[in-house]
Amino acid sequence: MTTMTPARPGTPAGHAGFGQLLRAEWIKFRTVRGWTIAIVVGALVMVAWGLLVAGGGSTTCQASPTSPVLSGAACVPQFPLGPADEAVTDSFYFVHRPLSAGGSLTVRVTSLTGRYSHGGIAPGPDPEANFSSGVQPWSKAGIIIKASAKPGSAYAAMMITGGHGVRMQYDYTGDIAGPPGTASPASPRWLRLTRSGDTITGYESANGTHWSVAGIVQLTGLPAIAQVGMFAASPDVAKVVSQSLGGGTVTGGPSLATATFDHVSLSGARPGRWSGGIVGGSSGLPASASRFAQAGERFTITGTGDIAPVVAGSDASAIGQYLTGAFAALIAAAVVAVMLITAEYRRGLIRVTLAASPRRGGVLMAKAVVAGAATFVAGLAAAAVVVPLADHLARNKGAYVLPVSGLTELRVIAGTAAVLAVAAVLAVAVGTMLRRSAAAVTTGIMVIVLPYTLGTTGVLPAGAAQWLLRVTPAAAFAIQQSVPAYPQVTASYTPTAGYFPLAPWAGFAVLCGYTAVALAVAWYLLRRRDA
Amino acid sequence: MMRRVISTVPPALSAEWAKLRTLPGTFWLLAAVVATTVAVSTAATAAVSCPHGGCSVDPVKVSLTGIYLGQAVAAVLGVLVVSSEYSTGMIRVTFTALPRRTTVLTAKAAIIGGLALAAGAVAVAGSLLAGGALLTRHGFTPAHGYPALTVGDGPVLRAAAGSVLYLALIALLSLGVATVIRDPAPAIGTVLGLLYLDPIIAAVLHGAHWHKFIDRYAPMTAGLAIQATTNLSSLPISPWAGLGVLAAWAAGALLLGGLVFRLRDA
Repeated sequence: MTTMTPARPGTPAGHAGFGQLLRAEWIKFRTVRGWTIAIVVGALVMVAWGLLVAGGGSTTCQASPTSPVLSGAACVPQFPLGPADEAVTDSFYFVHRPLSAGGSLTVRVTSLTGRYSHGGIAPGPDPEANFSSGVQPWSKAGIIIKASAKPGSAYAAMMITGGHGVRMQYDYTGDIAGPPGTASPASPRWLRLTRSGDTITGYESANGTHWSVAGIVQLTGLPAIAQVGMFAASPDVAKVVSQSLGGGTVTGGPSLATATFDHVSLSGARPGRWSGGIVGGSSGLPASASRFAQAGERFTITGTGDIAPVVAGSDASAIGQYLTGAFAALIAAAVVAVMLITAEYRRGLIRVTLAASPRRGGVLMAKAVVAGAATFVAGLAAAAVVVPLADHLARNKGAYVLPVSGLTELRVIAGTAAVLAVAAVLAVAVGTMLRRSAAAVTTGIMVIVLPYTLGTTGVLPAGAAQWLLRVTPAAAFAIQQSVPAYPQVTASYTPTAGYFPLAPWAGFAVLCGYTAVALAVAWYLLRRRDA
Repeated sequence: MMRRVISTVPPALSAEWAKLRTLPGTFWLLAAVVATTVAVSTAATAAVSCPHGGCSVDPVKVSLTGIYLGQAVAAVLGVLVVSSEYSTGMIRVTFTALPRRTTVLTAKAAIIGGLALAAGAVAVAGSLLAGGALLTRHGFTPAHGYPALTVGDGPVLRAAAGSVLYLALIALLSLGVATVIRDPAPAIGTVLGLLYLDPIIAAVLHGAHWHKFIDRYAPMTAGLAIQATTNLSSLPISPWAGLGVLAAWAAGALLLGGLVFRLRDA
C-alpha cells in the first residue's frame, strides 16, 4: 500500500491554507526575473515621464516689453491665497468705503456692458484700439463686502453677470445662482448686502420694493471695520477652440466690463467719500483702462480681472499630470499580471498547480493578491517619489503648481497606486478568462488605456469622450484629480489638465466594479473548465 | 503538375500560408479586425452631429475612428504569427525545414501584410458605408458644406486607402517587435504602449514643440494623419509623409527582428 506524503506534516493533502497558496504564488512571481524587471521598469518609466512633464517646458517672462527677459523660477506666477489656502485670482476695480460690524449697502444697476480684445493688446497709445464691444459670460459687476482691499481676503458679493444672471458669490469658490437676466436701463436690477457681524445676507430685486434673499453666508475672519462698495471685473476672453477633450485650447486676451449704478444707499458707515482703486493687477492692461466716475448719484465703474479660484490650465498645473505616466506602469503591470496565469496554461504548469491545490478559487485569489500587492508597492513608490520631485522641478522651471491639502495629495498618490493594483487584478481575471496572453493583454489595454487616449487625440466629440471616461474602467483615473472644476470659471477642463467627468472615488469604484465582475466570471470559468 | 505549383509559389510562402490558414484563431482575428473597426466607427459617427454650419469635425476621420481599436487586433495578429511559434516550439521545426531565416521572416511579413490588407479593406469599406449613411442623417449634408462620402473623391480615397495600408503597417510593426521580444504578452504590451501612450504624453507635455515632435514622429499620430480630409494645413505632418513615418517604424522593427532572428538561437 502506498501512502501520500502531505506537503507539510499536519496539513491534509489538497487542503493547503490560503497562506500557503499565497506563498506559492509569490515564489512563482518572484523567481521569474523578467516579471520583477517589468514591474520595476514600469515604475521607473512612470517617474521619468513625470519628471519630463515637469521639466520639459521652460518658461520665459517679461514684466513689460522693455524689462529684461526672465526665465525659470523668477517666472512663477504669484497668485494670492484665499481663505481656504487655495490659489485665487483677485483683481477688479473697487469703489469702496469702510463698513462697521452692522450695516448694509443697496444699489440699482442700470447697465452692464463690455469690451474685449481679439488677439491681445494693441501697441501704441490706445491699448484698446482693436477691442470689440461685447460682454463676457462671466463679466461681473455689483456690490461686495470684503475684509480688506488686500487680494485674497474674505468677501461676499451680489452681482450681475454677462451671461449667467444674478449671482451671490463668496470666498472665491462659493457661487449661488439667482434669477437669470442681465441689467439694462429698461429693466434695471437692485442688489443689497447686509452685514451683521460675520453674517452677510444678499438680496436681489427687480423693482426695489419687493426683495428676495439670494443667500446667507458666514465669513470667518471679517474684521470690525471691513470694506464695502461697488465693483466691476471681467475675466480674459476664454474661447475653447477645439471641441475635443484633450485638444481643447483656450485663447484670448483681456476684457473690460463697465457697469452703471444709482440709488446707492449705505448704512453703517461713517460719512465720507467713495474712493476707487484697482485690487490685484489689471491683467496686462494699463491701469488707466480701469476707472470710475461719479456724476451726482450715478456711478460708472470699469474694471478688468476676476474674483475666482485659479484652475489648472496654461498658468497653473495640477499635480495629477505628473502621474499620467501611470499608464505606462499600467501596461507593464497588465503584461505581468496576465502572464501570472497564462504562462501556467502555456507551460502546462496549471495542472500541477491545480493538482497541488484543488480549490481553484483560492488559486485565483492568491494570484490576484500577489499581482495587486506587487503592483501597488511599485506604483506607490513611484508616485510618492515623482510627485514631490516633479513639483520641485516644475517650480524651478517657472510653473505654478496648484496647492492642495496633504490629504488630497495622499489620495492622489495612494489612489494612483491603488488604480494600478486593481487594474493588475483585472488583468489576472481577464487572463484567466481568455487563457491567451496576447488577447488578454490587448483586452486590458483596450478597456483602460484606449478610452483615455481617444479622449486626448481629439478624434471624438467632447461629449462622447466624456462618456468613455464615465463608463469604461479608465474612469478610475479620476482619482488623480486634485483640484475641483468650477462652473463659474471658463476653462478647458480636460483629463490631461487634471479634470475628469466623475468624482475621484466614484471613478475608482467603476474600475472596482468591472474588476469584481471579471473576477467572478474568471472564478466560474476556472472551476468549470478543464485546465 | 505538383512540381509546377511548388516552383511558382516559394515554399516559405506556402508553408506560412498553410500554418496560418489551418489555425482557427487567424480567421477569428481577421473577423475581429473588421468587427471592432466597423462597430467603433459606427458608434463614433452616431455620436457626432452637425446641426448648424459650424461643426468642426472631419466626417471622414470620424467614420474611420474604429481604426483606433481595429489596429490593436491587427497588432495581435502580427504578434501571434511569430510568438505562437516560439511558445509551442514550432519555430524549431520551421527553421529545420527552412533554414534561411530571412526568408521565413519575409514570408511571414508577406502573408500577414496581405491578410491585414484584406481585412483592412473590408473594415474600411464597412466603416465608410456606415459612416456615410449615418452622417447624412446627422446634418453632414451638402447644405452644411459636407458632400456625401464617396470613395471616388480624392481625399476620401486617400484616407480610405491609407487606413488600409495603416492597418497592414501596424501588423508588420507588431511582427517585427514580436520577432525581437518573442513572448506574446510583453510584445503586444510594447506595441500597444508605443501606439496608445504617445498621444497622452504629447498632451501633458508643456511646450508646443514637444507636442509637435511627438505628433510628427510617433507611429500612431503620424500614421493616422492619412485620415484627415479637412483642415490639412493644421496637420502636424502631411498625410503621406505621416504614413511614411509609420512605414519607417515598421521597417525598423522588421530589420531589427530580422537581425535577431538570424543571430539568436531559436
